[in-house]
Amino acid sequence: MSETLDLRDLYQEVILDNRRHPHNRRAMADCSHLARGENLSCGDEVVVFLKIDDEGVIRDVAFDGQSCAIATASASLMSEVLVGKTPAQTKSLFDRFHALATGGVESPLDGMEVELERLTMLSGVRDYPSRAKCATLAWQTMLAALQNPKTQRSPK
Amino acid sequence: MKAAPGVLQIRDVEKHFPKDHALGVGEDNGAPFTDGLLPGGTPYDVEAVRADFPILHRPVRGRPLVYLDTAASAQKPARVIEAERSFYAEDYANIHRGLYFLSQRASERYEEARRKVAAFLNARHEHEIVFTRSATEAINLVAPSFGEAFLKEGDEVLITGLEHHANIVPWQMLRQKKGIVLKVAPVNDAGEVPLEEFNKLLGPRTRLAAFAQVSNALGTVLPVAEMIRAAHASGAKVLIDGAQSVVHMGTDVQALDCDFFVFSGHKLYGPTGIGVLYGKEALLDAMPPYQGGGDMIASVTFERTTFAPLPTKFEAGTPAIAQAVALGAAIDYVTELGLGCIGAHEASLLGYATTRLSAIKSLAIVGTAAHKASVISLIMEGVHPHDIAQVLDSRGVAVRAGHHCAQPVMARFGVPATVRASFGLYNTRAEVDALAEALQRVETLFLR
Repeated sequence: MSETLDLRDLYQEVILDNRRHPHNRRAMADCSHLARGENLSCGDEVVVFLKIDDEGVIRDVAFDGQSCAIATASASLMSEVLVGKTPAQTKSLFDRFHALATGGVESPLDGMEVELERLTMLSGVRDYPSRAKCATLAWQTMLAALQNPKTQRSPK
Repeated sequence: MKAAPGVLQIRDVEKHFPKDHALGVGEDNGAPFTDGLLPGGTPYDVEAVRADFPILHRPVRGRPLVYLDTAASAQKPARVIEAERSFYAEDYANIHRGLYFLSQRASERYEEARRKVAAFLNARHEHEIVFTRSATEAINLVAPSFGEAFLKEGDEVLITGLEHHANIVPWQMLRQKKGIVLKVAPVNDAGEVPLEEFNKLLGPRTRLAAFAQVSNALGTVLPVAEMIRAAHASGAKVLIDGAQSVVHMGTDVQALDCDFFVFSGHKLYGPTGIGVLYGKEALLDAMPPYQGGGDMIASVTFERTTFAPLPTKFEAGTPAIAQAVALGAAIDYVTELGLGCIGAHEASLLGYATTRLSAIKSLAIVGTAAHKASVISLIMEGVHPHDIAQVLDSRGVAVRAGHHCAQPVMARFGVPATVRASFGLYNTRAEVDALAEALQRVETLFLR
């Protein structure tokens, strides 16, 4: 198998596009939840901002920080697919995404096939275990943000 | 891109590396591909050297392996692999205790390895050589043991801004325990430690200066002889971290007059799990053991234990016997090739690589010291080092991307991480070309 093809699996055009023009890379002053995450293997940092309404639905997602193409593209995609989701849906989507990125066991997913379909573009990382952390950095940080309402604590 | 201070824009290469400026030992004179001939016409048959390393003939991701991460760990010649195998197959038993043939034989082989290390460093006595697990462990031995014997609250230990975490954290731990003061000599924009800045920090309370001879992150070669003289003149002892230097140049601890010198086996084309602490006899004698256990005692009762003499006082437990023996084989290997020839070959590669990479406009070299070992730290405008390393990997080119266990160095140059290519005794100009072509591919993929 050609190695160049392998690389294209990892760096698909859509990933490169998301890296060049990431969606929702901005600070969100009026967020309700936020957290800072760090990839200890490379030192990349990301801040994830969430705006969750009174019904517990995520209305807006943003991220900030400089990171590699995989982490940036993953954060960009995440910021889009999570809008309109509840924290419970978010967690089950994360479980599936984590399985997809690491080659782990896939838990059942109720609906959200479209969202999952979009995330499969990152499945190339499963062949590169050291990059799974890049792909999941924003997601892990988002899970921390869910537990960290802005009004109660400042970002960790 | 607005480059951080000290980040060399490639267009400045000619300024920083003028044709007649020493690039370490060797020099790239722009001559056509001349692997096999060192500057001055000394023969160096790099293809014969490569034939000694089985792993270099293994394809990686469908391509020939281009291994440019020797500063992290060197590959092993067949002789080293065979030395460890044959020791287990023919001579193995535990050392020092057995009265039977094999134990005596294994003990002889282990002590023979110690003699080889002593000769390699030109130590005055064999018992000044302590085997450790790694260079890191050697520093972790000296910090509490020297600290216990010689340091009081308020005493100062001086390091430099170029240190690997292994020569920072043990002193911070000692600071926590003993209340010592840790001082750091600053790094200039070229990635050098100016001697006058270092000297300024030597004071009446400086008891120890501990610094790398070669920066692992940038390749800077420090003027250790002058630094040692200055430290001694102010009454301080000196520890040299030689993990990155022993592989590029000959070492003479008596000529340097350093008090401690540490290095690891695996960076010297030897096995993992073995490192070396050299210490002057009088100092090691005055220092307490750092681990207690078997082998390091003279006698034990529940009331009182007396410690063994050097070096076993510092070698508690069964050591890495086979790895010490194989380290001896690695020392034989590099000694036979000649560290002068190895250094000249590597310096020639460094010069060639510096010139070759200048064709890639988006690249910048971090660390532009006048005197460098064969290490190049790179950043590419707008592309994360991990993405660069990933693309290189897809072409079989192995480099390190990250902070290189030297986060303060990264902070000094305002970058989170770099891509580091390091050249060893088996690398070729063709491999530098492969690196350059792979970096051009990165440009195409990410910056078009």
